[in-house]
Amino acid sequence: MAKELVPGVGRLSRSAAYSKRQLYKGRKTGAPKAAEDVPAFKEVEVKGDKNGSTRRVPTAKAARFYPAEDVRKPKVSRKTAKPTKLRSAITPGTVLILLAGRFRGKRVVFLKQLDSGLLLVTGPYKVNGVPLRRVNQAYVIATSTKVDIPELSLSDKINDAFFAKENKGSRASAEEEFFANGKPVAKEPLPEAKTSEQKAVDAAVLAGVKKAANLEKYLKASWGLSKGQFPHQLVF
Amino acid sequence: MPAESTFKRFVEVGRIVLLKSGPSAGKTAVIVDIIDHNRALIDNPAAGVPRQSYPYRHLTLTPLTSKKLPRGAGSGTVKKVLEAEGIAEKWAATSWAKRRAALERRRALNDFERFGAMLEKRKRRDGVRKSVKAAKKA
Repeated sequence: MAKELVPGVGRLSRSAAYSKRQLYKGRKTGAPKAAEDVPAFKEVEVKGDKNGSTRRVPTAKAARFYPAEDVRKPKVSRKTAKPTKLRSAITPGTVLILLAGRFRGKRVVFLKQLDSGLLLVTGPYKVNGVPLRRVNQAYVIATSTKVDIPELSLSDKINDAFFAKENKGSRASAEEEFFANGKPVAKEPLPEAKTSEQKAVDAAVLAGVKKAANLEKYLKASWGLSKGQFPHQLVF
Repeated sequence: MPAESTFKRFVEVGRIVLLKSGPSAGKTAVIVDIIDHNRALIDNPAAGVPRQSYPYRHLTLTPLTSKKLPRGAGSGTVKKVLEAEGIAEKWAATSWAKRRAALERRRALNDFERFGAMLEKRKRRDGVRKSVKAAKKA
């Protein structure tokens, strides 16, 4: 069976090739065998006076088939994703209302936009329990309220990598992950590096929050819609 | 105008009307002339309502009237007469206008200001509750 239906299109789908090649058995481990060093040509003695005494002959015979049709290479896409535009209503210190995720309904303070385009926000943690966190600006309502935070200086350590999960490898079983000797495994505390960053950021934000009356209460309260209220009719 | 009529507000020259739709919605104007059973000529240069014909469907009659406005008065006269009679102040003093202004103010509040209003209301409720309890005890 031909490997390709037409140049550039394989006969088997990705998953069909996967099972055909028995990749489910796992990757082969161990170093592959070193290819023997076979010279491309060998000298062969030839008979006959007019033929010279030896002739260089290729060790591997060239294939008799030569594909006359050129295989089309897929075009390389030169498109690159544009950096996310920050909504004009969102500036450092803006109070945002989170609309999705674990902290939906919370009012948080915007700090800056990360390279990935996500927004860096904090509750502050002490006020409403929202830690330093990345959120997508699509899932956020920007309010016109701003927290005055001129003394905020974010360290370079707080970037997208700061929020990446540590790869701990796979465990043998779920049982092992949550229980040890028949008892639940104690939760690992957040690394000191993260809690100290949180504290440093929140100290500056909290100082700004304290400046305005009711602002701390406001951040602590969660947001919601009551009967007859529609978000498109409200002023934020 | 029959004396025994129970109606209090009439479509008449000098009647102050509240506009319900169009670019001037929410503003008041005065009827300068009656065009037909569907439209009147209205004007209020002081409030920025241009002289125009307006369907009755899109305006509400208010209890206020300007007694001295002659029929078909020009914009300059309308301005002078309304000012002399203090119509704008009279309108602003009505509970209707006050209620409208309050509603508009409330609609313009942002999220933080709404929260502040909620706190104030809570405070008021709490004060009432406490004084009622104290009064009951006494």
